[in-house]
Parts: sequence; structure tokens; C-alpha cells
Amino acid sequence: MTDQLLWYTTRAAGAVSLVLLSAVVILGVLSALRFKAAGWPAFLTTGLHRNVALVTLVFLALHIVTAVVDIVPFSSYYRTFWLGLGTIAAELVAAIVVTSLLRGLIGHAAWRVIHWLTYASWPIGVVHGLGTGTDAWSAWFFALTCACVAAVSFAVVYRLVAGPRDPLAEPRASFRSGVERKPEP
Amino acid sequence: MSRHLEIAIDRIRCDGRGLCAELVPELIRLDDWGYPIIASGLVPDHLISHAQKAVAACPVLALALRQAERKAPS
Amino acid sequence: MSRLRLLAGPDLSLGAERLHAQVERLGPLPVAGAALIDTLEATGLAGRGGASFPVARKWRSVTHHSGGAVVVANGAEGEPQSFKDRVLMSTRPHLVLDGALLAARALKASQIVLYVGEEHRAAWTAMAGALAERPEPELHRARLVAAPHRYVAGESSAAVHLLDAAIASPTTKPPEPHAAGVGGAPTLVQNVETLAHIALIARHGAGWFRSAGRRGGAGTVLITVAGAVPSPGVVEIEAGTTVREVLELAGGTDPAARAVLIGGYFGSWVDFATALELPLEAAALREHGLGLGCGVVGVISSRGCGVCETARIIRYLAGESSAQCGPCFFGLRALADACGRIAERGSNPDDLARLNRWARDVRGRGACRHPDGAVMFLQSALQTFAPEFSSHPAHWRAHATGRGVA
Repeated sequence: MTDQLLWYTTRAAGAVSLVLLSAVVILGVLSALRFKAAGWPAFLTTGLHRNVALVTLVFLALHIVTAVVDIVPFSSYYRTFWLGLGTIAAELVAAIVVTSLLRGLIGHAAWRVIHWLTYASWPIGVVHGLGTGTDAWSAWFFALTCACVAAVSFAVVYRLVAGPRDPLAEPRASFRSGVERKPEP
Repeated sequence: MSRHLEIAIDRIRCDGRGLCAELVPELIRLDDWGYPIIASGLVPDHLISHAQKAVAACPVLALALRQAERKAPS
Repeated sequence: MSRLRLLAGPDLSLGAERLHAQVERLGPLPVAGAALIDTLEATGLAGRGGASFPVARKWRSVTHHSGGAVVVANGAEGEPQSFKDRVLMSTRPHLVLDGALLAARALKASQIVLYVGEEHRAAWTAMAGALAERPEPELHRARLVAAPHRYVAGESSAAVHLLDAAIASPTTKPPEPHAAGVGGAPTLVQNVETLAHIALIARHGAGWFRSAGRRGGAGTVLITVAGAVPSPGVVEIEAGTTVREVLELAGGTDPAARAVLIGGYFGSWVDFATALELPLEAAALREHGLGLGCGVVGVISSRGCGVCETARIIRYLAGESSAQCGPCFFGLRALADACGRIAERGSNPDDLARLNRWARDVRGRGACRHPDGAVMFLQSALQTFAPEFSSHPAHWRAHATGRGVA
């Protein structure tokens, strides 16, 4: 009975983590795009982005604890690879969240570099979910994963196409190229 | 007990996202191009928590709350 | 009425004065250490780079910070109308080098950098040649670095940033260069003219320096006279000399002159009649809300157009923004657009209101003083050329027909 409870809990927590993490990535993209609308101020996007990330950690922790108690002791070598991916994804998410909480201490530049790891953690998490679920795939989980992948892909592609939202990006670069130090004649 | 705090801004880091003006409009408003105009002087006590939220919310860490220097009488 | 000290000696047309000639004329480099700072305090010497900051105070603030200091001799001279620094460097390079060396010894600096505008070829050649002549080991280690040909490249933090990160763009302050500059070391960025004055002060003393000067001013100043004058160029005058006397040196005053720009592009326009009697001396100018700036005195006649000239200069300054701060880049551009519209199509109340509003908005909201300088220049134009700015049809129609505005 406990086994089954753990099994269902770990799968459910994993699915919720996937949805929440996807939402976090999409909110991050909206933030970079400087999304604003009547009734949706900029601080709502960044506030949600940060808070949903913290909630994700809770479900991720639940997912990991129940998985460690139930699955890991019984896993086969085959399964270890997909679990390994999960470990990597979880560690990346943890690193990103911790550095974000300590942003004031490490400074904006260092924070930014680590934050780019998001674009690695999310796909690794998705692949982990699909891989570990092969022996117990259900249609709903597959559909859920497809929906998350579609939503995140759309957001990321949109961001790439939209380009930098900083109106000073181009003139700043243009100025810099004019004041670079040239070798002394 | 009143604290002598003022809002400091790194003008180069600021890139006009505008969250600060949303969170403490009593002290920060945006100019015609979306960049913050910050009221000079000390932050009133009842607005300190709002100013702190604005500082924390800035996506590029351009804001800070710092101890105001007591200006010597000239 | 010119008073030659920096420019005394062989005729300027003969080019750079060689080391042996200067030693013969002025004596060798004096031995001076930290006590020089006290002497500079007694002279009341102010920097000649544009900010007129008291030199002794600047040097003391460098000494307050630990670590091997760096001396940067600033000969970038990015101000288009100013020629004094390049004239000084190309004819009296050893005065500049003496000053830099004296600063390095007084501040216990481990590095000397000579920051010379890349487009000032004669100055560059003269400074390089002068460096090669020097026996002092500190100068053997000195670096001659090209300042990019942009207006803000001469700003102190931009010079530091070029040396540190190969890009001449201003940086956020604090920290100021005197606290943490090149490589984090306390850095003195000093204009080359200031350093040349120091080379003479170290030889002759504070009393000698103050023996020149009128109407409360001390020492001599290099002035670039530009615009509608018969003989534009660089002159050396006693501090406190009036604008009228300076213009006499440049060939006389034009009865049709309309206004004078005092201090270069970050200076202020002054109505001609008022300007004539102004002494070119820091305290007196401050009373009128003016500053010596980089020492440019530019005349515009009524055959020219104050509005068009202002629009041209604001457009230039807007283009010279380093585009790091929104208020500067967008604000100056908007001001230039509004000013340009008034110049080309005639004034209108909307654009005038915009100029006033944006000028207030932009001021003080950049990481460096570029927007401030531009805005104060614009505000002086709005005041001095108020009739031209507000007289709509008469202005541009008269301009189009080539007739001056009364």
C-alpha cells in the first residue's frame, strides 16, 4: 500500500513539477520580452516567475524524496540513465534558484551566467520524465508533456525572433565598436 | 525610529523595465522613454518597505537602498 | 595683453621644444615630492580639463587611498572647438612630461599613462619624440595610449575604462577614479595643460604663479578663440582677462557679433554685450552661473544663427552619447529633434515646451556629466537666443533669405 502511494506520489509530483517548471520558463521569457498589459504589470511577471519557481522546488523535493525511498533502491541499470538525467535537472534547478536568492551577494553578472542554465535544465527534465516513464506511460502524461513542450517551444522561439527588447542594445554596441582601443601606431 | 535611507540607482545597469515605478509610484515615476525619475531626498518611513520591494524586484539589480550621507553644513 | 608662460620660449611654429632647449631655458626638472601638494594648494590652481576642480584637493584624495597610484595625463581633447591641449603637446611636450612625472613622484605612482587623442597627429609625434628623449626610468615605463576620437573618450572614467577594458565609455560612479581607477588603483586623471602649469609652479613657486592674474584671478590660462573672429586660435592670457581683451588678441571684435559661447559645447551662450566685460576667471564666471570649461571662447555673429548653431551642437552631443543610459541617449536625441525642427521649420510652442520639459527631465540622470553639459548648454541657448527661438515666421524666413535676425 505504501509502495503504491509512493509510486503515485512520485509520478504526480513529477508531473506537477514539469508543468510548474514549464510555467517558470514561459514567465521568464515573458519577463525578458518586457511583457506588460492593462491589469498585468511588469512586477506581476517577475513576481510570479520567482514564486512559481519556489513552489516548483517544493514539488520537486516531494518528487525526489518519494522516488528515492521507492524507486532508487530497486532500479535497474537501464533506468539509472534516466534517473541520472533527473538528478542533473534537479541540481541545475536548485543551483539556479539558490543563486537567484543570493543575487545581491554574487552580483548581477555572475547571476546571469548561471541563469542561462535554465535552458539546459528544462529540456533535461523533460527527457528525464519521458525516459523514466517508458514502462508506465500513460496517455495523459504524454499529452501533458507535449503541451508543455509546445508552450515552452513557442515562447522560446518567439523570444529568439523578437530579438533584444533593450532599446539601447544596438546604439550601445555601435558606440562601443567606435571606441575600442586600437593598437598604438 | 526613522532611518536615513535614500534610493540609489546605477544608471548604466538600468534598462527601463519600469518595475520600480509600479511598486513605489510615490517616489519613482517614468520619463517619456520609460526610465525612472527618482524623487531626491530621504525615503519616508512609511514607504521604506515599498522601496525595498522595488529594489528587490529590479530584474537587473540597478537599485539599492543606502544610508544617506549626512551633508556637512557648508 | 597675452601673457606667455606655458607658451613662452621658441616660436610655436618651430614645433616641439627639445629637452635640452627646455632645460637651458627653464632649468632641469625640480626635485619635488609630496610637499608639492601644499604648494599647489597655495596656488589655488584649478584643473583645465573642463571641470575646474581644485588640483590640490584632487591630489589629496588620491593619497587617501592605498595602493600604487596611476597618473593619466589627459590629452584626449575631444572637444571639437578646442585646440589648446594639442598645441601645448605639440610645442611644449616636455612641460607636460615634467608635470606628469612630478605628479607621479608626489603621489608615489607606479604608472604613468599619456592619453592622447588619436587624431592629434602632431601632438602624438611630439609626445612620442619627447618621451624618447627622457632619461627618467618612470618615463621609460610610461605608456602612450591613443584616445578614441569621440567626445566622451576624454571623460575621466572613460579613460580609465579604456585602459582597463579597451573600451572608452564612461562608467558608473562611485567609485571615482581617485579611489579606484586603472586596475582598481587610485588614479589621477589630469589635463595636460594643468600638468604643464605644475611643471612651472614646481620651478618658480606659488607666489610666482599668483603674480600673474587680474581681477582676482591667478596664473595664466590657455584659451581657444573660435568662430566669427579674424584670427581664431590658441592664446595664453592672465586669468581675469576680459572676453573683450581676448577677442582683441584674436583680431578684434565684430560689431555684428550676437553672442559668445564660453566654455565649449558644455559651456554657456552669453549675449555679446554682457560677455565682453566678463573676466575669464573662475569665481567671477561662477557668479554669472558660468564656467571656464575647456577654455573655448566662440563668437557667433548675427549673420550666423544662434538657433541653427545650437541645434547643430545639440545634434552632435546627442550623437556622442555612449548609449549606456536611457535618459541621455533618448533625451538628448529628442532634444536634438525638437531643436532641429525649430531650426528648420520655425519655432512652435509645442517644441519649445518639450525643450524645457525634457531638459529638466534629463539633467542629472546619466552615469556621467554628458547629458548635464548638453542640457545646460541648451538652457543657456534658450535664454540667450530667446527672441530667435520664439520668433517663428520672422526667424526662419529671414534665415532662408540670408538676412540676419535683428
